[in-house]
Parts: sequence; structure tokens; C-alpha cells
Amino acid sequence: MEELHETKLKQLELKANQIRQDIIAMLVEAGSGHSAGPLGMADIFVALYFHVLKHDPRHPEWPGRDRLVLSNGHICPVRYAAMAHAGYFPISELKTLRKLGTRLQGHPHRLALPGMETTSGPLGSGLSQAAGMALALKMDGAPNRVYCAMSDGEHDAGQTWEAVMFAAKYKLNNLTGIIDRNNIQIDGYTEDIMPLDDLKDKYESFNWHVIEINGHNIREFVDACATAQTIFEKPAVIIAHTIPGKGVDFMESKFEWHGKPPNKEEAAAALRELRTLQGQIEAGHID
Amino acid sequence: MNPNLYLIKYLLKPEMKATRDGYGEGLVLAGEKNKDVVVLCADLTESTRSLAFQKKFPERFVELGVAEQNMASVAAGMSLAGKIPFVSSYATFSPGRNNEQIRTTIAYNEANVKIAGAHAGISVGPDGATHQALEDIGLMRMLPGMTVIVPCDYEEAKKATMAAAEIIGPVYLRLGREKTPLMTTFDTPFKIGRAEVFKDGRDAVIFCCGSLVYNAVKAALDLESERISAAVINIHTIKPLDGETILKYARRTKAAVTVEEHQIYGGLGGAVAEFLAKEFPVPLEFIGVNDKFGESGRPDELIEKYGMGVAAIKKAVKRVLARK
Repeated sequence: MEELHETKLKQLELKANQIRQDIIAMLVEAGSGHSAGPLGMADIFVALYFHVLKHDPRHPEWPGRDRLVLSNGHICPVRYAAMAHAGYFPISELKTLRKLGTRLQGHPHRLALPGMETTSGPLGSGLSQAAGMALALKMDGAPNRVYCAMSDGEHDAGQTWEAVMFAAKYKLNNLTGIIDRNNIQIDGYTEDIMPLDDLKDKYESFNWHVIEINGHNIREFVDACATAQTIFEKPAVIIAHTIPGKGVDFMESKFEWHGKPPNKEEAAAALRELRTLQGQIEAGHID
Repeated sequence: MNPNLYLIKYLLKPEMKATRDGYGEGLVLAGEKNKDVVVLCADLTESTRSLAFQKKFPERFVELGVAEQNMASVAAGMSLAGKIPFVSSYATFSPGRNNEQIRTTIAYNEANVKIAGAHAGISVGPDGATHQALEDIGLMRMLPGMTVIVPCDYEEAKKATMAAAEIIGPVYLRLGREKTPLMTTFDTPFKIGRAEVFKDGRDAVIFCCGSLVYNAVKAALDLESERISAAVINIHTIKPLDGETILKYARRTKAAVTVEEHQIYGGLGGAVAEFLAKEFPVPLEFIGVNDKFGESGRPDELIEKYGMGVAAIKKAVKRVLARK
């Protein structure tokens, strides 16, 4: 992976801010959808699409590409926004989210949008699919990596752990899991709904290599992806601690914002806040 | 009997072989032909007859343990990376337990995955109702884009397995545990989506699938001596349904019976009824399990008790003739 220079890091931070603004604009236009998760994962999706992944937006089926599986499909606005900025489709199309005839389905559909590696939404099945891809690529001796973005909440599902065991059994060292550890799910805080901690211990005891990071620190995430590539005998998982609703003060860390969009007034307030942050990043006042 | 189908002459004591054995041999043949064929299994390698493939191609065999949901989605992922996965388990677990994974990650995803549900039907026998899948045809038939095949014997199961590997898109193959009569031969034609007229007839038509095709043939031959001429059509592909053949025989006989080892709702009977209600309504009788779970017992005892024996089929033909 190429080195992440300071100038590029600042560009990526600005890009993440822009994507957060797009997420707000998409959700208010759609009138339904999920707010907290997409905002919380903006830094990681920018890092993936603009630094980590090998991919070619002009040739979404390029065989040499890395595969990115989004398991918790409901945070797709962040993926759509990152893909549009990367050049997969016009940014203006983001406004069609969830509308009749759109390529941007409410939960992502592989056949609707080139570059969308798989269909997802029902939680807990993404890691299985990513592991299947990783195993098939290994069988063929292909060098591609598979990344699987997951939520913490979907670790309630037994299938996730079936896949965790499976990936360890087949030593899928070409697979990197990314867990959005934001501690919320639709009914409340994860530790109230169904305690997940200690996730790190759990994964380690299932024979995965675990890296814990601040999910809003792009450099930490990029470094973690690079480390994951050096692990030989195991799959690796990056537990990314994030703040749900990151960048919009009144949404941050509130599970009530898991599954609803902002109304017009809330969207205007959110955009004002994000533009202020944008100015601060441009002026170099924020790391 | 149709002389063009190279069928085995009907015998009182026919040679017996299980459709799951046809699947196992078909897998090896498909694997020899195409290196992208891979086989996945959830801790039932011997009894789903995936064992021969595992021995021949260990590097293309994937054992997932007791995890049918993971198996369905791993297969979807492998297919998206270019493989042709066959997932093997019992039909109560796959497509039973993993139905949503099949719906989302295989069917909606248009993944090129073949699902083999073994131990389907009440003839699983002593294991009891937990292991007797009687709703799997319905589950799979409702999914857009899913091809559904119910082979009538060992030889047809082998051909269906090889044919499933050739077509692009998801396929459900329904297999039985028990040894059942051989009816077809190597030379019998098989094409996905094309029903075969095993026996011609004028008065009534029996649309059937799976190993009960044998009982349907026996019932129709018995009825000849009572001067009742019943056609027997092997509908091995429930989806896409061969509407042309069904319509032709509905028009000719104006009385139809469906025969399957499945709930009478949602399976072959449901498919034929939906089609004929729209195209050419005729009196219909349904042979199958009537809205009940099975129980432990010998396969032959269960087939009789749950109304799928030869006598029950003959009675159904007479009932439908009375309604003409």
C-alpha cells in the first residue's frame, strides 16, 4: 500500500466531510433511511475508496480489483456517496436514493449498480459471502484482497460466528473484517440489547488477528489495513471504534438516530455544522 | 409406455437406487467436466453422497460443519468469484433453515449456486417428521429466477445434476434418501423445463414428479384393465413449468391428477393448479400430504398411510373422472 502523505491525508479528511454532507442531503431527500451509521463510517469508506482498495471505477468488473462487501447494508448511503466521488456514477444521482427506478436501492443490490459487489441488508450474512469470495480467490491463487464491513449489532446473529469460525478454519489471510464498533443498534445500546464485549477477546479466541483503532483516524485505519496484509496464518479484523452520527452534534452517540433520516430543519442544522467543520479542516485547525 | 423415451420396461420387482446416489455420481461427472465446480457440505458428506466428489477433488470440497446458513452465503460469495458451488444438506435444513440466506444472497443476488436438498419427502422414514421435508418445493418455487428440479429416479438425478452445472443461475435439486425404482435409462432424454410423457392416455392425465412417478405409472397401467386410459407425465422441472405439455394434456383429457411427495399446497399440485386455472380450467385432484406433518415409520408404510400409494392414485383418477 502506498504511503499516506500529510497532504493526501488532509484531502481525505475533507472528502469525508463532503461525504457526510452528501449523506445528509441524500437522507433528507429520500425521507427515510439510516443516519448514524453512515456518518460514523465516512472516514473509513473514504480511506477505502481513495487509498486502500485496488479498484477502477471505469471498469467495475476489473478482475484484479479488491472486493469490498458491505454486510450491514443499511449504511449504504456512505458507500454510495464514496462511490460517486470515486467516479462510479454521477454525484447528482445520489439524490435518487430509495426512489422508484433508482440504482441506489434502500439496501444495496448487486445487479442494480456496477461496483456493488453483493446484495445485502438482512444482517449477519456479509462475512459468509466475503469468506466465500476469499476462499474462491485463494483456490485460484489470485492476489486480490476481500474486505468486509460489518456492524457491531450484527454480531448478535449466529451466522456471523459461523463465518468467523469458517474463515479461521480456512486461514483466509486475504480477508480483512472491519467492524463498526459504534455501540448502538436500532433498539438501543449494544451492551443493553445483547452484550458483545469483549469483541477483541472473542475474535482472538476464534483465532483471528485483531487490531483495534479509532475509526475516525484515517491514518490509523490505513496502517491497520497494511498490518492486516502482513498476517500470514489468519484472517484479520479491524475493530474500529466510531461515534455514530459523527460530525453532527445532535446525532452523535444517540441510538435514536440509527434508523431515521433528518427532517428539513434538522438537515439544515446538520449541514451548517458540517460546513463549519469543513472550514476548520481547510484552515488546518483540526488534525 | 412411450417407446421414444428408452424407459425400463415396467417390472414388478424393479432395480432400486436412490436419487441421492445419482446426485453423488453427477457431481463427480460435472466436476470432471468443469474445474470451477465446487461442492460444499454441512456435516452430511456421506449421506448426501458428496463423498465421492470429496475423494476425487479434495481441493474443491468445502466442509462447513453444522452451519447451513453460512453454507448458503459462502456459496453465494464463491459463485461471485467465479465458482459453481453445489451446496449439499437435508432439505429440512437447506432450503429450510437457511431460507432467507438463499432468498437474499443466492436468488436476489442471481448467484450461480446449486442447492441440493437430500432426504426430501416423507419416505425419509424412521427419522420422523423433523427430517421429512414436505414444503421445500413451495419454498424454492416462490423465489424469482430459481429453477426447481425433482428427479424421478437415480439416472434422472444424475442427468439433472450435470444439467444444473451447465445452466447459469440458481437451481434447487430435490433428492430422496430411499432406494426407489429405476425407470429411465442413459438414453432417456432429459432437458430442464421439458416434461416427458411416460405413458399416453385419453381419459385423464396424471402430472407427477419424484419417485412417486413409479406409483403413478403403476396406477395408470392397472387402470387400463378397467378400461380407463390415463396419461402419465413426468414433470421433473417444477419451475420453469412446461406449460405447453400440461395444456396439451389438459385439453385432451379434461381431467387431471397431480402426484408428489410434498404438501398438496405450494408444490407441483399448486403449480399445475395456478397454471390451469388461468389457461384451461379442468377438474383437478391432488395426491400428496394433506396439511400434516409426518411421523416415524417404514417408507412404504408412510406412503400408504399418508395417501400416496397406488390405490390412492387410482381412486383419485376415478374421482376426477366423475367430475368431468
